[in-house]
Amino acid sequence: MDVTIVPPIKPDDSPQAYPDTEKANLPVFTMNYPRIQIPFEITLWVLLASFAKIGFHVYHKITIWVPESCLLISIGLIVGGIMHSVHEEPPAALSSNVFFLYMLPPIVLDSGYFMPTRPFFENIGTVLWFAVVGTLWNSIGIGMSLFAICQIEAFGVQDINLQENLLFATIISAVDPVAVLSVFEDVSVNEQLYIVVFGECLFNDAVTVVLYNMFNFVAEMPVVEPVDVFLGVARFFVVGLGGMGFGILFGFVAAFTTRFTSKVREIEPLFIFMYSYLAYLVAELFAISSIMAIVTCALTMKYYVEENVSQRSCTTIRHVVKMLGSISETLIFFFLGVVTVTTEHEWNWGYILFTLLFAFVWRGLGVLVLTQIINPFRTIPFNLKDQFGLAYGGLRGAISFALAFTLPENITRSIRPLIELINVRRTNRNLDTINVEIHCRLMEHTIAGIEDLCGQWSHFYWKDKFMKFNNRILRRILIRDSRAESSIVALYKKLELQNAMEILDQVSGDISAAPSIVSLYEEKKTSAKPKKKFMAADLRNMHDILSKNMYKIRQRTVAYTRKNALPNDSQTREILIRRHASIRRSLRPGSFQTAAVPRSHKYFSLPAGKSLDSKFPPQRLSYTGKPLKPPHLSLSRFKVRNTLFHTVFNIAYSVIKHFEFKVNLLAFSTAFDHISLPFSMSGTCSGVYLHIVPDLH
Amino acid sequence: MSDFSVEQIKNLHKRFEQLSGNEETISRENLENIPALANNPIRRQIIGAFFDKRNQHQNEVGSFEEIGFEQFLMVMSHFRPPTLKTTEEERETMRKEKLRFLFNMHDTDNDGTITLEEYRKAVEELLSKSGAIGQEAAKAIADAAMLEVASTNVPHMAPDDFYEGITFEHFEQILKGLEMESRMHIRFLDVDTTTMHCGRSTS
Repeated sequence: MDVTIVPPIKPDDSPQAYPDTEKANLPVFTMNYPRIQIPFEITLWVLLASFAKIGFHVYHKITIWVPESCLLISIGLIVGGIMHSVHEEPPAALSSNVFFLYMLPPIVLDSGYFMPTRPFFENIGTVLWFAVVGTLWNSIGIGMSLFAICQIEAFGVQDINLQENLLFATIISAVDPVAVLSVFEDVSVNEQLYIVVFGECLFNDAVTVVLYNMFNFVAEMPVVEPVDVFLGVARFFVVGLGGMGFGILFGFVAAFTTRFTSKVREIEPLFIFMYSYLAYLVAELFAISSIMAIVTCALTMKYYVEENVSQRSCTTIRHVVKMLGSISETLIFFFLGVVTVTTEHEWNWGYILFTLLFAFVWRGLGVLVLTQIINPFRTIPFNLKDQFGLAYGGLRGAISFALAFTLPENITRSIRPLIELINVRRTNRNLDTINVEIHCRLMEHTIAGIEDLCGQWSHFYWKDKFMKFNNRILRRILIRDSRAESSIVALYKKLELQNAMEILDQVSGDISAAPSIVSLYEEKKTSAKPKKKFMAADLRNMHDILSKNMYKIRQRTVAYTRKNALPNDSQTREILIRRHASIRRSLRPGSFQTAAVPRSHKYFSLPAGKSLDSKFPPQRLSYTGKPLKPPHLSLSRFKVRNTLFHTVFNIAYSVIKHFEFKVNLLAFSTAFDHISLPFSMSGTCSGVYLHIVPDLH
Repeated sequence: MSDFSVEQIKNLHKRFEQLSGNEETISRENLENIPALANNPIRRQIIGAFFDKRNQHQNEVGSFEEIGFEQFLMVMSHFRPPTLKTTEEERETMRKEKLRFLFNMHDTDNDGTITLEEYRKAVEELLSKSGAIGQEAAKAIADAAMLEVASTNVPHMAPDDFYEGITFEHFEQILKGLEMESRMHIRFLDVDTTTMHCGRSTS
């Protein structure tokens, strides 16, 4: 007997369990929220945080008094309040795992990639001193005092024992890179201070990890033996050095990989991100300091990679690093606010207030004592104001939020007006001129020479040694085209390009919305040719274009003076007048200098060895119809008129009037975006010291 | 000169005797024979600075043939670092001194300005050890640097003006942000390191 199961057939007037198979109309409009829920919500949160960021900058005055981080937290608080009142839960995605694996690496990568290497290594001793000893001092000091407070019955927190207090203190005393640097960078305090605080942030991660694990472990043991202390110290070295080791390893591998990517330019930036993230994850795998791993990876990589990759990839990398760092930072602060309101906390006001008090006291004491000890070893000692900056800057903590179960109260007073008030020595960051670069190098060589003369050496000696090692061995292996290139030349090239771009951008902002196809095509063409010349193919391209255009413009501007149709723009008029005058003067009898001066002198952007004549007819008609010789640059006098800037300005002017050059100019104008110079310069500027072996917004 | 400690002066004196072969004075050959200096791209200028009368702060010009220990120390004193006790005016003076030292290194013909030729030569020498950089490129860089100086210091030049050369004031202006007093210094050691080296014999 076969049994068939048949759906129950109900009478027609009641709803059927299974709908008819006959007529179901095609649904015109459906919605499937659960499918996209997670990515959708993430996107919305990111957008919301970014809108907040945009909003702040509408009112510029706010950001002076209150740093962005605080504003973001307050917006987060508001949103959290809204969510709480509606009894919504905060995004469950915000666990400490998400924070440490997804949100923290971009920020640290950002700081590490743009770190000024030269001052960092000059101050490495101080940095380590503050990071290691300072953190120990702070954690133990705060932990002990809090424990003492806990003994007092009035506060009702007697259940927190010593280990837990120490644990908490470790978390609190971790100087946090996220908040401090964003503010410090804004104010541009003096470089020494910045470097020491920044370095401290990075290195004390190693200390904090060790202490945290140690206290965690020890909390479960009844007795602490000296062996454990020894093991703790050993673990610290493993954590610190291991982190650095992994970072350097991955950095070198990344540099080596980019040596072979000349045919796959589009994915070059990918390697940077993948390798640094890999370094981070592998370090996390072995529970060693991942922050140090990713920072050393970025440092090592940057120097070699930026020579191997194309200009566009370089720009892309920098831009994306900055973007990711910015997004992560924004999100973190935002969520800080949201979670504060929506999760359950045990607010014990007494405990919290005392935490703050002790944090202040111990940090201040610590900085004072440590500075006293280390100042004699520093060539530029910290004065009292610097020490205040050090102490105050070290107090903010956002990373600690992920580790703690009670949120420390965020200090709302802003740091910037305080710094301005006490007039902490500021540093002038705009040091990216050729003169400064030249004199920096001159100074270094002079000092190194004098040191050799005196028979006394300091870090310049080591730097020299490392540079030689670098040039002879490392660069051969890791860089595709390993000619030793002076930083002065590198800077010069960069500046030239940047200036050209800036001027073009100013005058014709729309041009940068260009057919990228054209530039990619150009690059493919030029990258196929072997790069034997001194200047890169991109540069040569630009030079060709510039010299072509300069020739045409000269004709054009002459034409304009003939027709008396001067432009409205007063600057371009000035240039025309100057050019006019120079042309006139060049026609005067005595002004034709001897042919000893090659004409390429005047055009800084001509490739080495080429002269203007090689491509273009030598004679041009002047407004009087006579053949015109280009004005010479005499050896003993320097005529400011015939400058690169003015010629480029002429190009720009002609672009407005005549869009014939559109294709050519578009080709190279899109090749460059906003190149952030300051940190890149210092990265390539001086190389590295022997202490640690590695590699600018 | 009075800012050197006794130990530092003793060490420097020992070094002086080493360099001079226990004589009273040092000549250029003594300094040129230092092997460690051979790789320095600007060693000529550094050596020249020791024999430059302008660095002795006695308002003389020209150069010495040989120098004694006092002049040696005088040149070294340009490289002292500032301490916590240095006042603002002292820092200013230090800065000027160090800038003047660098300026004198460029201004080889003693006319008070760095002309384009002199600058070009300096840049060429500086880049001479860094690989195959052509003379043209070095010249281009020097030209661009001069341009920068001109455009920062004399922004409104009339079409008929020439820019003669960098004067000391302009030089100061362009290097304003560099914090010379804290960057251009040597740490003079109190301990005698010449006897502590292994394998670094400098005759």
